[in-house]
Amino acid sequence: MTLSVQQSLIIIAVVSLGTIITRGLPFILFRNQDTTPPYIVYLGKVLPFAAIGLLIIYCLRNVSLLSAPYGLPEAIAILFVTVLHLWKNNALLSIGGGTVLYMLLVQTVFG
Amino acid sequence: MSPKLHALKAAFPYTIPIWAGFIFLGFAFGILMNSKGYSPQWSILMSLIIYAGSMQFVAVNLLTSAFNPLNALLMTLVINARHLFYGISMLEKYSGAGRKKPYLIFGMVDETFSVLCSTESPPGVDKYWFMFFVTLLNHIYWVAGTALGAFFGAMVSFNTKGIDFVMTALFVVIFINQWKPQQQHSPALAGLALSSVCLFIFGPQGFIIPAMLLIVLVLSLFRKQVEKGIKI
Repeated sequence: MTLSVQQSLIIIAVVSLGTIITRGLPFILFRNQDTTPPYIVYLGKVLPFAAIGLLIIYCLRNVSLLSAPYGLPEAIAILFVTVLHLWKNNALLSIGGGTVLYMLLVQTVFG
Repeated sequence: MSPKLHALKAAFPYTIPIWAGFIFLGFAFGILMNSKGYSPQWSILMSLIIYAGSMQFVAVNLLTSAFNPLNALLMTLVINARHLFYGISMLEKYSGAGRKKPYLIFGMVDETFSVLCSTESPPGVDKYWFMFFVTLLNHIYWVAGTALGAFFGAMVSFNTKGIDFVMTALFVVIFINQWKPQQQHSPALAGLALSSVCLFIFGPQGFIIPAMLLIVLVLSLFRKQVEKGIKI
């Protein structure tokens, strides 16, 4: 554990609170769909797509392209997940297979 | 048969497609938490009170970096911003749920939303109990998967190096699933590109908030162009 017990509890509480806010806010602010400002509806539509792109970059934030292994394990595993998912369209297989491949790569070939 | 039991029996079949995925991802989350030194109680607590798949994986990173609650709150709001849209879609359906409403709103994860927004409760079944049990069963699968993974990770020792990639793989899969039915790819590409630019400028510690602000700004400026061809 990097954080203390107290700090960990605070982070968990804050994430829980933030989640409750995003799920509950529309029920407090808007009485029905017709009174929701179009701009908010628009953001609700497009942000999910952008947020996942952001999360992929977030996962890769500590990968260095300038020093060995130059992000190769990540690139290989992401390519594998993508091809497997486009081929079989089975989320569990793609996630499980990709993770096992990545673990093998960083523990053996690039270990 | 009591109305509650009747609703539970009606709700169960709708949750069958969800359970395998939730057990699997919950399991992975439990193992990941354990590999970071958090005992099973921690993982179970998080799955009980946060109950948001993607965000819990991000929370593992928040727990293993410098203590910054404000950053954690902002990240939660942006990553879960899609729930605002779910809420707006469910305003009508949940109105009238009475005492069950707070729990229905709390438990509105992607999968539960996708079932409930597309399904009417079967005839003769109390619709609020039906929605309550779909939500509750999915929540139970998630917590059960987490507990299994956390205890498995605590009992069986193996080299967990690289297991964090489960989160990357999850987001890549979600990205592809979102990509395929869409003609308008600019929000997804904006997310990737603008985040990369901010990572390059601000570095791994401080890029996330500038990236979120830039994404909202750019998507707001180009709203007219982006709105063409968006399908939900």
